[in-house]
Amino acid sequence: MDMPEKKSSMWRVVAASASGTLIEWYDFFIFGSMASILSAKFFPHTNPSAAFLSILATFGAGFVVRPFGGIIFGRLGDMIGRKYTFMVTLLLMGISTCLIGFVPEYETIGYLAPLLVLLLRLLQGLALGGEYGGAATYVAEHSKKGTRGFWTSWIQTSASIGMLISLVVIFITRNSMSPESFDSWGWRIPFLASVFMIYISYVIRRRMSESPAFAKAKSEGATSKNPLKESFGNRYNLKFVLLALFGPVIAQGVVWYTGHFYAMNFMENTMVVDSGQVITIMVVALLLGSPFYTLFGWLSDKIGRKLVLMAGMLLAIICFRPIYRSMYETVDLAKKTELTSKAISTSELYETASARDSIYTTEKFYDDGTVLKEVRTVHLGQAGTPTVGDDTKNVSITKAINVSSSAKWKLIFLVFIQIVFGTLTYSPLAAFLVELFPVRIRYTSFSVPYNVGIGIMGGLLPAVSVFLVTNAKRMGDPAFYLQGLWYPIVLAGISLLITMVYITKKMTALHTD
Amino acid sequence: MNTVRKIFGVIWMLFAIACAYFLITFGVPKLVSGTQEGVVFGIIILFILMPLTVAGLAVFGYYSVTGEYDENKMADK
Repeated sequence: MDMPEKKSSMWRVVAASASGTLIEWYDFFIFGSMASILSAKFFPHTNPSAAFLSILATFGAGFVVRPFGGIIFGRLGDMIGRKYTFMVTLLLMGISTCLIGFVPEYETIGYLAPLLVLLLRLLQGLALGGEYGGAATYVAEHSKKGTRGFWTSWIQTSASIGMLISLVVIFITRNSMSPESFDSWGWRIPFLASVFMIYISYVIRRRMSESPAFAKAKSEGATSKNPLKESFGNRYNLKFVLLALFGPVIAQGVVWYTGHFYAMNFMENTMVVDSGQVITIMVVALLLGSPFYTLFGWLSDKIGRKLVLMAGMLLAIICFRPIYRSMYETVDLAKKTELTSKAISTSELYETASARDSIYTTEKFYDDGTVLKEVRTVHLGQAGTPTVGDDTKNVSITKAINVSSSAKWKLIFLVFIQIVFGTLTYSPLAAFLVELFPVRIRYTSFSVPYNVGIGIMGGLLPAVSVFLVTNAKRMGDPAFYLQGLWYPIVLAGISLLITMVYITKKMTALHTD
Repeated sequence: MNTVRKIFGVIWMLFAIACAYFLITFGVPKLVSGTQEGVVFGIIILFILMPLTVAGLAVFGYYSVTGEYDENKMADK
């Protein structure tokens, strides 16, 4: 049924839905954005790689439980209503994020620390599993046929903006205090800040009315008593669930995560770019790329969902490898000329009540403006004198590359392109999924494939891709840094084929109420 | 196009078998590696990714072969 759509009321509906979704994404992304710090705080220090992978796995756990969140809250949303269900998801996300900020470190409470963090991360995953399906369904059921892509694309925008805000908050927090203070307690602030944002969103959402399509179905007694059984025990509905999953949803998951989180991890860990520069690059690229959600959402209303979705998949498949090769070349020191006369070496003794470190810092300058900073820290006991060139056992080395201004803009452009691919695959997706399922089981049928495809396939991308890169590097592959891309490329290729062959125009207009 | 979908249905079912083989050969060594990251990876691959991928692809392929995605089946409920 076509609902009357006043623009002013649609903006209110979009604001209420998108603000909550944005804040939930912020809460979720804070964890991923601070993976390196959380790794050091909550997992044993003895093996940094294991600690980092454990955090990635924990990050993955937050994604793996999302389908269960989709099942729980999708069922609730189809039985009691959209509005109340995603009030619950909002509060659950906010409280668990805030509590992460209170968990004592591993050094204080031992293995209880990572267990608590893991539990809270699982609660985040459950909440997010129920959020997006509700928000997108809610907006779609308020909007009229022919505009659904445009209005629901604002929900997709919230994911990128949520990530952007998480990076900005981290950046501001880092730069408003000393590195020692941030490392000691400042990292908790972005988690604690979520409680204020959740409160604001709660106040906005509390004033909303129920979705008109659901309200009508409820008044007619047409809601489902068992949406899970109807969605997955009914062959007709199940075939669309599977088609959605293996078609556009998995592609969106891997393409979107490559352009956002994988790009960030790649710059920080493989390219070893300074983390402050990485945040700047991501923030600018996200700011430039986010408006494309509404553009492509609007476009999908004009030319159809399928074409826009396929364009994003195809471009990602063709362009990912050349893009990442080009990104890596900005820091390939073998192809640059070092200005040896400008190199700077310093040493200092750093003492606290519990540690003495001898710190050797070397800065090397290159002809294109690249600067390599290497910090070699020799951990001394209470006795001992620092000696230049001392190869003791307790040595840690960190490297960071500051790229030149022109290289930075090149990286911004290359990440921006990837974000645009993500917008192509994401912006029509909510409208596509909503139109695939009837009102009575929409929240459930939408949420489960969405969270399986994006939550599991997309969420595991950083861990799988990092593993592929590490493996290739260990085997001496000169293009090791590109091997992580096979995961998104292969999955997007399969999804493109399925979308091309199976999805028809008739399918995208099955349920327009 | 209905015929193409049916042919692809066979491919998806074969792909499901290939995925099962690949994920088992990849996941089992991880599970028994004894390392923390290996065990976590192995559990995720064998008990979450594999069932979803293999079962989902197999059913999807079966539906394709039996004509569930034919044009005239779109409006059936």
